Amino acid sequence: MKTILMVVLAMALMVFFTHAEAAETLNGAGATFPYPVYSAWAFDYNKITGVQLNYQSIGSGGGVRQITERTVHFGASDDPLRPEQLQKDRLLQFPAVIGGVVPVANLENVKPGELKLDPESLCKIFLGEIKFWDDPKITKINPGLKLSHSEITVVYRSDGAGTTAIFTHYLSETCPDWKSRVGEGKAVKFPVGIGGKGNEGVANYVKRTANAIGYVEFAYAKQNKLDYLQLKNRAGNFVEPGFESFEDAAETGDFDAKKDFYLWLTNAPGKGSWPIAGATFILLAKEKTDSNKNVVKFFDWAFKIGDNKAKELVYVPLPKSLKDKVRAYWKTNGLQ
Amino acid sequence: MAIGSGKNPLDLVFSSLTAIASFSVIFFILGILYVLISESLPAIERFGVIKFLTSTDWDPVKESFGALTNIYGTILTTFLSLLIAIPVAVGIAIFVTEIAPDFLKGPIGIAIELLAAIPSIIYGMWGLFTLSPIMSSHIEPLLKRIFGPIPLVGLLFQGTPMGIDILTASVILSIMIIPFTASISRDSFNLTPSVVKESAYAIGATKWEVIKNIVIPYSKLGVFGGIVLSLGRALGETMAIAFVLGNNHRITTSLFDAAATITVTLANEFAEADKDIYLSALFYLAMVLFIMSFVTLALAKYFLLKAERKYSR
Repeated sequence: MKTILMVVLAMALMVFFTHAEAAETLNGAGATFPYPVYSAWAFDYNKITGVQLNYQSIGSGGGVRQITERTVHFGASDDPLRPEQLQKDRLLQFPAVIGGVVPVANLENVKPGELKLDPESLCKIFLGEIKFWDDPKITKINPGLKLSHSEITVVYRSDGAGTTAIFTHYLSETCPDWKSRVGEGKAVKFPVGIGGKGNEGVANYVKRTANAIGYVEFAYAKQNKLDYLQLKNRAGNFVEPGFESFEDAAETGDFDAKKDFYLWLTNAPGKGSWPIAGATFILLAKEKTDSNKNVVKFFDWAFKIGDNKAKELVYVPLPKSLKDKVRAYWKTNGLQ
Repeated sequence: MAIGSGKNPLDLVFSSLTAIASFSVIFFILGILYVLISESLPAIERFGVIKFLTSTDWDPVKESFGALTNIYGTILTTFLSLLIAIPVAVGIAIFVTEIAPDFLKGPIGIAIELLAAIPSIIYGMWGLFTLSPIMSSHIEPLLKRIFGPIPLVGLLFQGTPMGIDILTASVILSIMIIPFTASISRDSFNLTPSVVKESAYAIGATKWEVIKNIVIPYSKLGVFGGIVLSLGRALGETMAIAFVLGNNHRITTSLFDAAATITVTLANEFAEADKDIYLSALFYLAMVLFIMSFVTLALAKYFLLKAERKYSR
């Protein structure tokens, strides 16, 4: 009995001291999409500064809820909150990293990047109005490709996801039919197609099904070498998804610190912009200046030397101009 | 003996501790029910009971929610999985109790229990990466060729087999519930008094006749209880089928179509439900499942009790 007591006491002391030592712990929760890059940054940051950063990837909805209830030091969301809502819940918001959505297809005799689509044809495919790959709307913009008369299988995300939110936001923005019939959101009622769970579900499905088309996170498409396609952007050019086209979108996107960076990065105006990009955001509680300063210190460090790490993990770092805007925003709010 | 009637104070402490432990179960059930009801109140007020249960619309953008597609998917996958699992499970139980030589009984029994010990997420991953390609390229085209041309029955086998559908989900579910049904059936069969069986053999009955006329009638209530328990498990199973069912909120007739069950909808949509009414509708859905599971388990308990009473006489 005594030995047990001693062991318990020793363990309690150990727990106590480890806590005392790691006085600085930052807790964050939210979006699943940036989880790999945040945790990679946190690992390096911990080695240098000793600050422990825990990030729970529970989903954007959960992240917003937790920071609103002030149970974490920062929240993370894949889609921006409107300035009115930030005002109401007394939150601050800034972008941390750029990501995007890439349509992928599985077509015989078509190599990655060969197939081109414009917003109208993409929208009509997902609405179920274009049913076959040799539809005049598709062949018109792909004169060099031999597309067979095969039925298109649409694959979408069956689970609620920021990926779907960005994708449907883009379709709603570029296609009035989509806006009125389906709308945008993390989960929408897709008129046709089959659902896969997660990026891996959609990717697995597109790979296995001949003549399928789906949409996945850029990093996922790149790492799994899926057959991406070219999209016509707002400037009228066909662009391939890649670091350059995402950076171009982020640079030309009109992020405004006065609106707490509220911006959907879809349909960016740049000549080489990938049209379906999006930033992922960090949310802070306005009144908690002390912990906010620590969170900001971390992201400032990550902005300075985390770019390569982010690129390794196929995330697009913020362009310099945007980083400067974010830093100015921190200063205005007294966090740096 | 009343709580605390012992003389030793330690007895009092011990009996109070056990009592607290037991009452905490009731507390937790009521607590969960309370949370489910209070969280789903906004959805109950907005959609009502009948309308929610009969509407097939599930549209987070337009904030219109109905449970029927989920209930339909839940019942259909559960029914199909029982259809596949019951014959196999009862067959296993008969083999193990009546037919198998002694040296085989142990290994088969252990194998069944191991099957029950596999975490459901493993079934889910296996289903997505292994079973569903096999289903879509071999089994489902074959079924389509055999049953497709038959009128009415053919309706069940329409469309392109994709492997992410009601049939694949039901097959995975059936594999998961076979151990439950099999082990409860085996225990029920073992309850058959050997005197009765031996008498039957003595008057010249064959093994088949003994199983058909003695063992099965004697234990059918127990087997039924086991089936209802598996039904409860199949109703609530989530991760095993979340990947292979497609979360499709439509009522479809073909087994090759994707569908949604209550649990699959919850697993897929809970984390990213960003509107209050959306979240509330999901809680409402969870409450429907809670009631469904509660009723089936109560039924199972009832039949098992009845069976026990009958044979303990």
